[in-house]
Amino acid sequence: MTLFVGQLRREFIVMFQSLEEVANPLVFLFLGITLFALATGGGPDVLADYAPAIIWVLVLLANLLSLEGMFRRDYEDGTLEQLVLLARPGFVPVLAKVAAHWLFSGLAMTLLVPFAALLLYLPTSALFTLLMTLLAGTPALSLIGAVGAALTVGLRRGGVLLALLVLPLYVPILIFGAGAVLQQMGGMESHAQIYWLGVISVVSLTVTPFAVQAALKIGLEQ
Amino acid sequence: MGGALLEISDLRCEREGRTLFSQLNLVVLPGQCVELTGPNGSGKSTLLRCITGLFPDFEGMIEVADMLYLGHKPGVNLLLTAGENLRWYQIITNSHGSPQEALVEVGLAGYEDVRCQHLSAGQHRRVALARLLICEASLWLLDEPFTALDSAGQVLVHELLADHCEHGGAVVCATHQSLGLADVVALRLGGVSVP
Amino acid sequence: MGLRELWHRLGSPRWFYTMSRNWPWIFGGLAMALLLTGTLWGLAFAPPDYQQGNSFRIMYVHVPTSMIAQSAYIVMGVAGFMLLVWRMKLADMVLATVVPFGMSMTALSLFTGAVWGRPSWGTWWEWDARTTSMLVLLFLYFGLYALRQAIPRQETAGRACAVLALLGMINIPIIKYSVDWWLTLHQSASFTLTEAPAMPISMWFPLLLNVLGIYCLFGATLSSRLRLEILKREASTQWTRDIILGGRL
Repeated sequence: MTLFVGQLRREFIVMFQSLEEVANPLVFLFLGITLFALATGGGPDVLADYAPAIIWVLVLLANLLSLEGMFRRDYEDGTLEQLVLLARPGFVPVLAKVAAHWLFSGLAMTLLVPFAALLLYLPTSALFTLLMTLLAGTPALSLIGAVGAALTVGLRRGGVLLALLVLPLYVPILIFGAGAVLQQMGGMESHAQIYWLGVISVVSLTVTPFAVQAALKIGLEQ
Repeated sequence: MGGALLEISDLRCEREGRTLFSQLNLVVLPGQCVELTGPNGSGKSTLLRCITGLFPDFEGMIEVADMLYLGHKPGVNLLLTAGENLRWYQIITNSHGSPQEALVEVGLAGYEDVRCQHLSAGQHRRVALARLLICEASLWLLDEPFTALDSAGQVLVHELLADHCEHGGAVVCATHQSLGLADVVALRLGGVSVP
Repeated sequence: MGLRELWHRLGSPRWFYTMSRNWPWIFGGLAMALLLTGTLWGLAFAPPDYQQGNSFRIMYVHVPTSMIAQSAYIVMGVAGFMLLVWRMKLADMVLATVVPFGMSMTALSLFTGAVWGRPSWGTWWEWDARTTSMLVLLFLYFGLYALRQAIPRQETAGRACAVLALLGMINIPIIKYSVDWWLTLHQSASFTLTEAPAMPISMWFPLLLNVLGIYCLFGATLSSRLRLEILKREASTQWTRDIILGGRL
């Protein structure tokens, strides 16, 4: 079994053992939508106008919630330092971890977004664009977030710090993601933004695994 | 490096303003077992982590061949079974061997499909020891391997170490207890005990 | 001195300390001269703008602070790179000392931007491309500050901040581009604060003085704080003790 597949399989087994942890951010997504609906009075015109923005912001925040768990368990039981010490090449299992994280958070959220769109009266014509932006952008969220998670892995109460470190870096993704949908709703083409999101994701894919590796080594120095 | 499995030259390490050790020299040849002793806080764990590279702030030179490290944390994922844990180690070190046999040797025969959250701390340690058998490495770095083990477990550790050294491997072991082996190199770190 | 030797010496805090003895004075003196002249000229003697009247004068503080806020982050990104790749102790110290300066300059830039904005836009704040980028930059600085505070071990904190600074530095152009694209699409043609139309020399010369002056201020602050940081970190070495006890700081 190759290194990537072996690590991926291990992540799957662990995640299936702790499905509540996987579900929490997804529930948070819908909780957030409920809060917005309540706060704005739930009128269709208001919600429809802001639906892309609300969904994208909540996707960012829900993603943050799930980031913390990426390395925490392995750090606490000592398998993380073994991974860093033994695995060659080191970035492969790291990439597998991030991939597993994306599958259970970014991709999972994308699959649930049609329901969110329903709750927020998002026009169906915009839904396709929204899904495209999420598919193109959420991998970058997992990749960039992984660097933050690795840097804060040993810290107590690293959760809020993680948000502070990672959210500014998420700004371009949010802008292109929400912007594409809003532009589409305004009647204009939005292909450029989706391509930009893809570019950001691909560039993150090539750069961040090494940054995550370096950050893990730093985080493991007691 | 010649045939040495570990060469340390002129090693110096500081932590929190205290010099833990300086001008430390050590050569470990195949078959040797180094007993690393010293009071709490004398830098035993730090020395081991310097050798593994997990602790990078030292001056001096360390040359080390392939190694396996057993630190304070057992390195056992509680949500996986004992067998799955060992198979993962096999995958990341690209080694061959039977997890089942290794578990038998450490006294956990039949525990291959038991989730580690159902095992005791001593049994976690035995699973950790099993990975020493599965992954082939010449140098073993052990940080207080007797922790949480009952007397049978301690005998097991003695046997594993003796066996490893007999077959040309080497061990550097930080411990408060004597290893009870015949040919042992003692390395004692001085240092101020933390009150 | 060859380039290789210079490079090797750059890694030594002690060499930097002895070499930079006069830097705080030189940079500080230059900074004071340039900033005093530039500010006085800009506030009192430059002609009033035909569109904004006298309120544009805040530009003489706003533009330099914006520029230095961004340059300081790049300095940190480069220092971070040098720390991670070449383990230069000096780079670690640079990283630590620039953060507070950069953060205050960014905050000052935002504040002066608001003061400028009030008479021009009618509001204290407007989400235009520049202000938004500056605000995100402030968050990036704050993240570096918070990360350093959160990690107890100094060497580890330095390396962690280096990774974050590098990541931030790579991201800044992307953030600026995306913010620029998005907000100019949304805002009606509003006044761009830093792109003034062709200014007569009597108007842009004091601006140039202030920009140069603030870079000198950066140099002065950085060199004096760096010297102090070197003494603090190398306190256990003999040469540091000689200096402190000898009274020749």
